[in-house]
Amino acid sequence: MQRVLIIGATSAIAEATARIYAERGSRLHLVARTPARLDTIVEDLRIRGAADVGRDALDINDLTRHEAVLDAAWTALGNVDVVLVAHGTLPDQKACEASVETAMAEFATNATSTIALLTLLANRMERAGRGTIAVISSVAGDRGRASNYLYGSAKAAVSTFLGGLRQRLSKRGVDIVTIKPGFVDTPMTRDFKKGALWAKPDAVAAGIVKAVDKGTPVVYLPWFWFAIMTVIRAIPEFIFKRVSL
Amino acid sequence: MHATGRSWGRYPVTTEKVITLSDRHAPLPTSDVPMLPLGNARSYGDSCLNDGGILLATRGLDHYMAFDPATGVLTCESGVLFSDILDLVVPQGWFLPVTPGTRFVTVGGAIANDVHGKNHHRAGSFGHHVLALELLRTDGTRMRCSPDENTEWFDATIGGLGLTGVITWATIQLRRVAGPWMSTESHRFTNLDEFFALSRESDRDYEYTVSWIDCAAKGNALGRGLFSRGNHAPASPDRRPAAPARRLAMPLTPPFSLVNPLSLRAFNQLYYHRQRKPVVHATTHYAPFFYPLDGITQWNRMYGPRGFLQYQCVVPPEASEATMAELVRTIAAGGGGSFLAVLKQFGDRPSRGLLSFPRPGATLALDFPNGGAPTFALLDRLDAIVDGVGGAVYPAKDARMSGERFRRYFPRWEAFTRFIDPGMSSSFWRRVME
Repeated sequence: MQRVLIIGATSAIAEATARIYAERGSRLHLVARTPARLDTIVEDLRIRGAADVGRDALDINDLTRHEAVLDAAWTALGNVDVVLVAHGTLPDQKACEASVETAMAEFATNATSTIALLTLLANRMERAGRGTIAVISSVAGDRGRASNYLYGSAKAAVSTFLGGLRQRLSKRGVDIVTIKPGFVDTPMTRDFKKGALWAKPDAVAAGIVKAVDKGTPVVYLPWFWFAIMTVIRAIPEFIFKRVSL
Repeated sequence: MHATGRSWGRYPVTTEKVITLSDRHAPLPTSDVPMLPLGNARSYGDSCLNDGGILLATRGLDHYMAFDPATGVLTCESGVLFSDILDLVVPQGWFLPVTPGTRFVTVGGAIANDVHGKNHHRAGSFGHHVLALELLRTDGTRMRCSPDENTEWFDATIGGLGLTGVITWATIQLRRVAGPWMSTESHRFTNLDEFFALSRESDRDYEYTVSWIDCAAKGNALGRGLFSRGNHAPASPDRRPAAPARRLAMPLTPPFSLVNPLSLRAFNQLYYHRQRKPVVHATTHYAPFFYPLDGITQWNRMYGPRGFLQYQCVVPPEASEATMAELVRTIAAGGGGSFLAVLKQFGDRPSRGLLSFPRPGATLALDFPNGGAPTFALLDRLDAIVDGVGGAVYPAKDARMSGERFRRYFPRWEAFTRFIDPGMSSSFWRRVME
């Protein structure tokens, strides 16, 4: 039986992932900002087969509370096999350009808070000498683009941090999985026009669980984003700067 | 987000704004234009469309709320699919009390259309198995409705086509089963008299009965078909179950309908003669027995860009035999025929809903490629026959019946209007109220 801790558990991708673990009979501990929304999810996961589901509230930007929330999670689960870090927002790029305060707040939510949390998590997992930390980054972190470079730079910071952490912990039996979803049809992307590249949270969740099971270092979801981002990364800067993406 | 709306029949094509609901505790959005709850859009015509308005997509309301494996009482949000419920409850020894021919429908949609299945003669329609539901109105009021509470609202909402408000959750009573297997029989019949005899004989001992009829056959072959009947099998069936079929898909819409008079005659011939023996016994998984077409993802695309029209009618018992013969003759004479013609005898259990479709008699379901005016003219001829004997046509499958006929088919429509949420409407409703 796997013991799974999920941070940002009310996000659509996190919830879809939690359902797969619940169907496997895993023990889950869910952490999210809005406890009311968690009630609905916890009951649902129990019915879907989770051995037990714990819950906790956390504003991810309140870094002083991270240690206490992790203590509670370790107490509830006994030990932790899988951690999924899935919290995040999709900042309004234009608003971030107009306000330093907004830009820094969004960067804090999507990068600084994640790095703070991962620092604590890494040390715990290193001591245990086993387990997997999976973090939802984004294809947006692979290259800065005019339409969302605040979000992209935050995800780039997370991806790079994870790369280093993977090297450090690979000798200690801990797997670090960097998840890079493309466009996913979730409440976060409600206002976008959806095309053929859009994936459902269920499909992305299945990819996450598979990557965690195998300890895949970096996974693009769905897979074709690897090809798309390889092309996008290869475009020389003198051309790329004229492209609108 | 504005989107092009299409129902399962891919006719008509409409434009609406889709708003996804994902929190059952949240109030509904406010709007100047009419709204309509949308489940999984498996209604065939325009009852799940709202041209120029808003669709409130309920698929995001997909949480289970309570399940007691001892009693089979399940409470879930209205956007949960039947396919998900089956995956959850069959391994625990339960089954849906009533299911339509696809498992890709939501609980809310099943209530709003008061759907029926092959066990109507035993179990009635889906509404008979709803123990309670919550109705959320655009003015913010929430009502718990059940056979004992807010009964009038309960009866208006069952079969209420989503017009009474959003169903946020429902409690349903499941049916006990030993496992996923079905013992089935398929009997060949050569005419409608044989069908009615088989149906009378089977309704007592078989929980599920349904027939396919060859709607392209004429003359001596008129009304021939295959009668299928079955029961849930014991946990370890004595016959070795067939392997589940591979899943196929229609990956794209062909530029024209693959269903035409030629392919239709050929298909019907082959399908009828595929069964060599007069009776075939089998043990199968529930999926191919209940949901043969769910095996082909988006089969509706085979009708091409113009889509197709479903037609399902019911005719009263005293007129059943003569009327069915007349309907089948009229279709065969039209030359178009129907790819899938399904025939079933409903039981006598009165439906709860003010606008419920199931009622005693025989029901016939057909689909026709949208061939424009001749197709509509044929359906009008069928309507004249059904209307003439006091029958009815199923709104969930309709895109063209006249308002005048709708009001005769559903005489309680006037009582129903009192329960309509002033913020709700649908393309179907505006059409039949003209």
